Amino acid sequence: MKILYFAWLRTQIGTAEEIIQVPDHITTLYALIDWMKARGEPYQSALADMSAIRVAVDQEYASNDLSITGANEIAFFPPVTGG
Amino acid sequence: MIIVQQEVFDTGAEIQKISTSSHNIGAVVSFTGLVRDFNDGSDINSLTLEHYPGMTEKELEKIEAEARSRWDLNACLIIHRFGRMSLGEPIVLVVTASAHRQDAFEAAAFLMDWLKTKAPFWKLEETRDGDEGWVKERSTDLDAARRWET
Repeated sequence: MKILYFAWLRTQIGTAEEIIQVPDHITTLYALIDWMKARGEPYQSALADMSAIRVAVDQEYASNDLSITGANEIAFFPPVTGG
Repeated sequence: MIIVQQEVFDTGAEIQKISTSSHNIGAVVSFTGLVRDFNDGSDINSLTLEHYPGMTEKELEKIEAEARSRWDLNACLIIHRFGRMSLGEPIVLVVTASAHRQDAFEAAAFLMDWLKTKAPFWKLEETRDGDEGWVKERSTDLDAARRWET
């Protein structure tokens, strides 16, 4: 699964994009975030406060209980500040 | 129409193009967002806009479609830049055109309010001292977007 990071999450994780092999039993966004944090740093710190992070699954804003089965691309980013 | 680009745009030329595109248009409203020299008490030297290619276009298209469904618009243009910008440069342009002014006025305000809270752009500020920092979300922007919820 392709994982993307933007803004301060990109700098904290240390990459803009990575491919992660997610185990089959991880089927929701909530479970994915927990699983990523359990892998240790830099994920543990970067994803510690999910209230400060927005997630998009296949380029659509997503809630934590969303199914990620079949998803191609998941992006983590801070609240947007364009305009 | 939505355009995401790195290059500077010509606000006057874009307004002119829309103003002359149809004789049904009686009102044209535009908003231009510029790089200013201060934010939260710091002197700003430049701004770098990061975005999420692909999702940015999708979100802007959704915002334009929502505006067109709510107001009677003859034209609707959003141009948003990314990359590094200097003081005074334009960042974003919204132009709306309608038969009567209320549609164009309200749609332009709506487009900016929704864009600021939904379109995946992030501002990195560089101060005059060379420090860098990511701009934080503003509660006033969230309040502004909330007033359009139905």
